[in-house]
Amino acid sequence: MRVRSRVRVRQTLGTAKTVTFLQLIFYIFATVLVGASLMVITVRNPVRAALFLVLAFFSAACLWLTLEAEFLAITLVLVYVGAVMVLFLFVIMMLDVNIAQMRAGFARYLPLGLIVAVVMAGELTLVMLSGEFGLQQAPRPAGHAADYSNTRALGEVIYTDYVFAFELAALILLVAIIAAISLTLRRRPQTRNQSPKDQVRVRKQDRLRVVRMPTSPQDKP
Amino acid sequence: MIPLSHYLVVGALLFAISVVGIFINRKNLVIILMAIELLLLAANMNFVAFSYYLGDLSGQVFVFFILTVAAAEAAVGLAILIVLFRTRRSINVQDLDRLQG
Repeated sequence: MRVRSRVRVRQTLGTAKTVTFLQLIFYIFATVLVGASLMVITVRNPVRAALFLVLAFFSAACLWLTLEAEFLAITLVLVYVGAVMVLFLFVIMMLDVNIAQMRAGFARYLPLGLIVAVVMAGELTLVMLSGEFGLQQAPRPAGHAADYSNTRALGEVIYTDYVFAFELAALILLVAIIAAISLTLRRRPQTRNQSPKDQVRVRKQDRLRVVRMPTSPQDKP
Repeated sequence: MIPLSHYLVVGALLFAISVVGIFINRKNLVIILMAIELLLLAANMNFVAFSYYLGDLSGQVFVFFILTVAAAEAAVGLAILIVLFRTRRSINVQDLDRLQG
């Protein structure tokens, strides 16, 4: 009798605490994301910070996959992990900065930063867990069909409603390219470089001089 | 199922972590740039979550534009960082007082 009731209790507990696979991976990736971003701001070496930032971006991309934002998840991995973080690593390795001196004021601003962060996170969490964003108010939509293409849907919106903003984004990228190149370009006077303009303009008289000279002592020119 | 609020809490935690990162890494401009990237990622997380739960693709379009602007910002920021290091031999924020601000 007692055994049977215990079994029943265990069954009800088991049904109440069922964690779906989606929930499991959500909590795993969320934990990895928060942990990696904590490491980004506390780790001593900037190269390690950049690598932890890669991990954070990757976990965020996985979280976006659980929200069926496949195109943005892949874009995050390709653009951020593939391009921006490599840029960060290049710059970190180009600058030989003194790491020990860099961490000098670490403990000085830590209490203030912690207070601000805890208050801010607490306030935001209070608002977000207040029940306004629960499953009753915003139920999780049933997933799209297997032949649904997120890229296609996003493209249809971008190229119709947001086409002007899309062109502006392209312009911003162009401006960023020009700004980055023109900021870091420098002419050093001692470097040897080619000048195609002068190379094209050169004439035969500038380079070649025909001289008559004896090849052997006997013959006279 | 996962409620919308859990995604929002993840975004809020990311935001708070990156703000404290800007506070405590006063000597290192590179880490501050990385914290700004994290901050934008927190905003993007909220956009994607709301876009999914409200069934509106405009949120994802906004994330697309934020990613573009963030990439441009990272490129220009790192270029400024390199120029700064060439002229001052330091990326310490407290050394950057030439403008007397």
